Amino acid sequence: MAVLEGAVFAILLTCLLFIIRLYIVVKTGPNYKPGTKGPVAVLVVAGSGGHTTEILRLMESLSAAYSPRHYVIADTDTMSEEKICTFESSKQRLDSESQFTICRIPRSREVHQSWGSSVLSTLDALRYSLPLVFRLRPDMVLCNGPGTCVPLCVAGLLLGILGMKKVLLVYVESICRVQTLSLTGKILYPISDYFFVQWSSLRDKYPKSIFLGRIV
Amino acid sequence: MSVFVLLQTLKTDSFSRAAMKTVFVTVGTTSFDELIESVTSPETVQALKARGYERLVLQVGRGSLLPAADSCPHVRLQAYRFKDSIAEDIKQADLVISHAGAGSCLEALGAGKFLLVVVNDKLMNNHQLEMARQLHMDSHLLYCTCSTLTQTLRTMDLSVLQPFLPGQPKNFANFLDKALGVQ
Repeated sequence: MAVLEGAVFAILLTCLLFIIRLYIVVKTGPNYKPGTKGPVAVLVVAGSGGHTTEILRLMESLSAAYSPRHYVIADTDTMSEEKICTFESSKQRLDSESQFTICRIPRSREVHQSWGSSVLSTLDALRYSLPLVFRLRPDMVLCNGPGTCVPLCVAGLLLGILGMKKVLLVYVESICRVQTLSLTGKILYPISDYFFVQWSSLRDKYPKSIFLGRIV
Repeated sequence: MSVFVLLQTLKTDSFSRAAMKTVFVTVGTTSFDELIESVTSPETVQALKARGYERLVLQVGRGSLLPAADSCPHVRLQAYRFKDSIAEDIKQADLVISHAGAGSCLEALGAGKFLLVVVNDKLMNNHQLEMARQLHMDSHLLYCTCSTLTQTLRTMDLSVLQPFLPGQPKNFANFLDKALGVQ
C-alpha cells in the first residue's frame, strides 16, 4: 500500500515540477537573448503553399546573424523545397557564410483531416519532432501555422522544461487570419514567447499578441 | 521553310501579346473547376471582350478542366496547371481573377494589379475568405462568386480600388533583433 502511495506521490510531484518548470520556461522567455552570444540558430517550419511563401518573406528580412537555418517541411511537400532552395541560393549570393538544411517529417495534419485523427497523427509526428529538435538544439523556432508547428514547438518547449536549452517559440499568425486565430495559433498562443498577429482586430482579442501592422 | 514560318509566328505572337489586354485567372494549388468553367463560358468571354480583354491565361491547378487553346473562339486562350512562379503571368496581366487564397491575392495585389476574387461558395467555412473579405472592405479588391462573375465583369468599376501597400517584414526583423539582443 505504502509503495502505491509513494508511486502516486512521485507521479504527482513530477507533474507539479513539470508544471512549475513549464510556467517558468514560458514566463522567462522574453529575458532570454541568444543574439548577445553570437549567431541565432533558427528552426523554420515551412508548411504548404501560402505558409511557405509568407515565412520566406519573413526569413528574407532577417540578417545573417540568424544562422544556421534549419527548414522543416512535411514529407509530402515538394513545392516548398523548391521555394526554399531558390530563396536560399539568392540569399547565399549576399552572404557567403550562410548555412541551411532541409529536414523532412511526416505531415501532422492534412487539410480537411478530422480532429480525432489529427490528434493521433500529431502524436505520431512528435516521434520525429523530438529527436530532430533535440539534435539541432535551435535558439528559436519560427513558425506560422501549418499543423507541423505544434509537435516541433512542443519538442522545443520540452528542451526548456528539462533544462537542456531554452528554445524561443516565435509564432506569426498568417495574414489570412483577420477575425479568428487558426487552430495552431490557438494551441501555441499560451506557450509561445513572441506571438505576432497582422490585423488589429486580432490584437484586440488577444492581449499577449504583438501587432506591427502587416509584416508579410 | 518551317523554321522560318515558326520564327515568324513567334515574332508576331509575342508582339501582339504585348499589345493585347490580358486577364490572368489563377486558382493556386487548389482545384476550382467551377471558376474555370464560368470564366470560359460564352457569356463571360463576351463580357471580357466588351471590356477590351482579348487574351485569357488560365492557371487551373489540380482541377479536372484544362481548356484547349481553341475552346474559346473569341479570345486568345492559354491554360496550364502549375508553374514554378506565376509572377510573370501576373506582371503581364491587366486584370487578375483569383480564388480567395491568401497567397494568390497577396501576389496579385503586391504586383499592383486589379484583382477580382471569386469565392468558392462550395467550400463552407473557408477561413481564407476572411482575408479576401477584409481586403474587399478596405477597397483593395473586388469580390464575387461564380454565379455572379459575368454580371460583375459587366458592371465593375476598377477605379474604386485603392492601392495596396506592401507588408513590412523589416518591422518584424527589427523587433526580433531587439528582443533577442542581436547586434
